[in-house]
Amino acid sequence: MIVYILCFILFLVGLYGVITRRNLIKIAISLSIMEFSIFLILVLIGYIENGLAPIVDASGSAQIYVDPLPQAMVLTAIVIGLATTAMLMAIAIRLYRKYKTFDIREIKNLRG
Amino acid sequence: MSTIVKKVSQLMAGLIFMYGIYIILHGHLTPGGGFAGGAILAGAFILLILAFGSSALKLKKEVSGSSNTESLAILVVVVLALMALLLGSKIFFFNYLPKGEAGALLSAGVIPLYNIFIGIEVAGAILTIFLALVIFKEESSK
Amino acid sequence: MELSISIILGFMIIGAIYALHAKDLLSAVIAMGIVGYGLVICFLLLKAPDLAIVQIVVETITLVIMVAVVLDSTREELEVPFDRRSLLNRIAGFIIFAGLFYFFLLAIQSLDPLGMHTMRMADPYVHGAVEHTGSVNLVTGVLFDFRAYDTLGEAVILYTAALGVLTLLRMKGKK
Repeated sequence: MIVYILCFILFLVGLYGVITRRNLIKIAISLSIMEFSIFLILVLIGYIENGLAPIVDASGSAQIYVDPLPQAMVLTAIVIGLATTAMLMAIAIRLYRKYKTFDIREIKNLRG
Repeated sequence: MSTIVKKVSQLMAGLIFMYGIYIILHGHLTPGGGFAGGAILAGAFILLILAFGSSALKLKKEVSGSSNTESLAILVVVVLALMALLLGSKIFFFNYLPKGEAGALLSAGVIPLYNIFIGIEVAGAILTIFLALVIFKEESSK
Repeated sequence: MELSISIILGFMIIGAIYALHAKDLLSAVIAMGIVGYGLVICFLLLKAPDLAIVQIVVETITLVIMVAVVLDSTREELEVPFDRRSLLNRIAGFIIFAGLFYFFLLAIQSLDPLGMHTMRMADPYVHGAVEHTGSVNLVTGVLFDFRAYDTLGEAVILYTAALGVLTLLRMKGKK
């Protein structure tokens, strides 16, 4: 049970970063940290003690395999996380070229 | 970059490309599949771009080439899925090609074809994102 | 197994806390690499080799893109003025976090202990997989045959992100 609590603490660290940081790059890093903690907790739920990796080999069908369904979900989610981070970086570099700062309070103050 | 870096990266990019194709083709037998192999293929091209610098490429042709490739690949995936509506049972995404014996390279119906085209699509998308960033940094620092 | 994953999670938490408080942006990006690569070790310990391959390549590409963006700018963080408003923000934040933590403790009472999963939903997928799909890799069989709509959705999301980045970083336009 303590592994789940540590995963949630990692999620809270990421959430703290999204709320209180002013730099856009730090916000992107914290969002990514939140996503990583969720991947870990999904794969932890599907783990079976002394189970094998989910590849069926020719030694019979009486083996116990680790649950493949959360692994398929997390595989999709990792690639979606890459897409989100790439778009956030494109926005960040565009904002830096125009306002010469990464600070979100300065960017809010400069209007048009 | 110096000559040693350029030559070694040319060698390594060839090996990484072959490894990526291996992971895509054996996606139904060993761990891997379309997404991992596509990302590794994109990594080979990114290594070449980082080693040679952005002034040694014709960047506009590169980005149009990669984005056309990824668009065509995802079109082929949708066409393959729609063809299941016409042949045999009328279910979208049905596995309609014959499944050979389990464990051979040519087995599992239509799954190896899906792996190949999704791999090409993922490689094209990641390469397009990277090239768009390189072009932006190149053009706005003139 | 719990002990080794807890130790690696401890390192990840320390790396994450450092990444938030680093003065230099490049150090913060590299500290995010600790979290990403520690996740690869956790996936290998939890018998998920497919995920480990994807996570290691995607983490490397993410780090390359973030370093390319960060190196282009002045790499320092402006300091936060420690006035009354930011102190009030932090205290309110911690109270909300305590509430969320209490609800999380209530929620995990109904989970099985680590390692004894009942596999209620995945039993038909595991037992009928090889003769239904023909592929020996169970994760690929689930991704491309049983749950192929999710894979199509994900390919479309990646395609849309590539188009979006290409549109955002366009230099010509109105002159």
